[in-house]
Amino acid sequence: MNSRIVSERSSADGSASGSSNTVIQLDQVSVRYRVPRERIVSFKEYAIRTLQRRVSHDEFWALRDVSLEVRRGEVFGIIGRNGAGKSTLLKVVARVLRPTRGRVRVWGRVAPLLQVGAAFHSELSGRENVFLNGALLGYTHADVARQFEEIVDFAELWDFIDAPLRTYSSGMVARLGFAVATATQPEVLIVDEVLGVGDERFREKCQARMSQFSEGGTTILLVAHSTPLVREMCTRAAWLDHGVLKALGDVDEVANGYQGAD
Amino acid sequence: MLEYDSRRRTSPLVAEFTELVRYRHLLVQLVSRNIKTRYKRSLLGIAWTMLHPLLMMAVLAIVFSGLFRFSIDHYAIYLLSALVLWQFFSQTTSAVMSELGWGGSLLTQIYVPPAVFAISALGTGLINLLLSLVPLALIAVATGVAITPSWLFLPIPIALIAMFALGIGLFLSRLAVFFGDVVQIYQVVLTAWMYLTPIIYPLAIIPDEYRAWFYLNPIYPLLEVFRTPIYAGTLPDLTMLGAATLVSSVTLLIGWWYFARNADEFAYRL
Repeated sequence: MNSRIVSERSSADGSASGSSNTVIQLDQVSVRYRVPRERIVSFKEYAIRTLQRRVSHDEFWALRDVSLEVRRGEVFGIIGRNGAGKSTLLKVVARVLRPTRGRVRVWGRVAPLLQVGAAFHSELSGRENVFLNGALLGYTHADVARQFEEIVDFAELWDFIDAPLRTYSSGMVARLGFAVATATQPEVLIVDEVLGVGDERFREKCQARMSQFSEGGTTILLVAHSTPLVREMCTRAAWLDHGVLKALGDVDEVANGYQGAD
Repeated sequence: MLEYDSRRRTSPLVAEFTELVRYRHLLVQLVSRNIKTRYKRSLLGIAWTMLHPLLMMAVLAIVFSGLFRFSIDHYAIYLLSALVLWQFFSQTTSAVMSELGWGGSLLTQIYVPPAVFAISALGTGLINLLLSLVPLALIAVATGVAITPSWLFLPIPIALIAMFALGIGLFLSRLAVFFGDVVQIYQVVLTAWMYLTPIIYPLAIIPDEYRAWFYLNPIYPLLEVFRTPIYAGTLPDLTMLGAATLVSSVTLLIGWWYFARNADEFAYRL
């Protein structure tokens, strides 16, 4: 017991020496998914197979021993091919997945940008959805009410705000989602390739807001397939390959390495 | 300020509960969403909650009091009081499962205590139950059943059935994450369960040698505790109340334990 406390304290000291500005710290993080060898979706099938002792799982490590630190105000890119573990890394930071091994620490509030429409209900009006979405992000009704005008201004949806969401185009839904998620400045903003939606002008508006946040001290985690976007927006980056951290550091070096390997 | 540390974890049973308190605003939003979307595109709106039991009752009362000659007074209220409770139970347990299905896509993207979706389904069910007490009281008056002060006792049986429904719902929704067909199996079980419970018939018509089996039905004491104040106008007897309390507490504890124990696993499996 005693030794554990000592070792934890020493590791905390070790990291603190890097900088007291650390916002996200991953310490030897591994995530294991257990994938049933054959997909069993029905209880009936499961019962039969259990009786026959044929339920077997494949282990799949989406992340292996990933350690990294992201500091305050950084725009940090995560690059890698499909299935490299990028989204898993975001989920671990967003507290959605608890790592199988290792430790994740986050200092501050994390605001994820949800997939388009995930948190919306098509029968509710835009207005009602703003409040629902805000509550999912952990805001109170009063918080959202205070921000409401600014949210709708940013999304440019005053003409449609009382229409049911099913009448919105996907671009409009994306605008509303971005506006709610970024209504107040979070300590950490997670952006998972959602900037591909909406028109060019709105995308620029989103990028402008993200830059403004980052100047104000928000840390942004950005996942992208396209290295140009990462190069343009990020200062540092990590390259993941099959769950392993291949490179970590200055965005150009990491991106060059990634493109060289392709 | 350290907001999240994956290694710091309290007992999941407690953690899930404290997170629920933290996300109470979401709970309110989800319940109001459920109520709004249910009635949004309907002509009669919230009146449906009232009309539904009335229509059900009309059909069943005609069919059963006409076909079977139960020697039972005020059959309409005998039937309807139980039916209202059964509707609450079957709808709430099913809604807990479907709410978690809806929440599932979110749980892989954002942290929300999973139980919030279950509790919001329960809250919606409770509002509907309270609304359907209005037509119940109207029918009681219309058919000559006196509304006595024993109605004031109803919050207790309602709380008990709510605990029971939540326990069952949590347990099943946890299973439904693994197996898609739990929902279908449960619908079949519900139908059988309803006919095995003395809802549309009095227990007295069951032959003595089988009656012991009916006492094993966990929902039976809950039903009696709810029905007695309405139908008989008296407080339920203490044995029944004790049995009902025991059944609902144990069910809720098991359901909550099974659900919260693996709350972390939700995002892995969905």
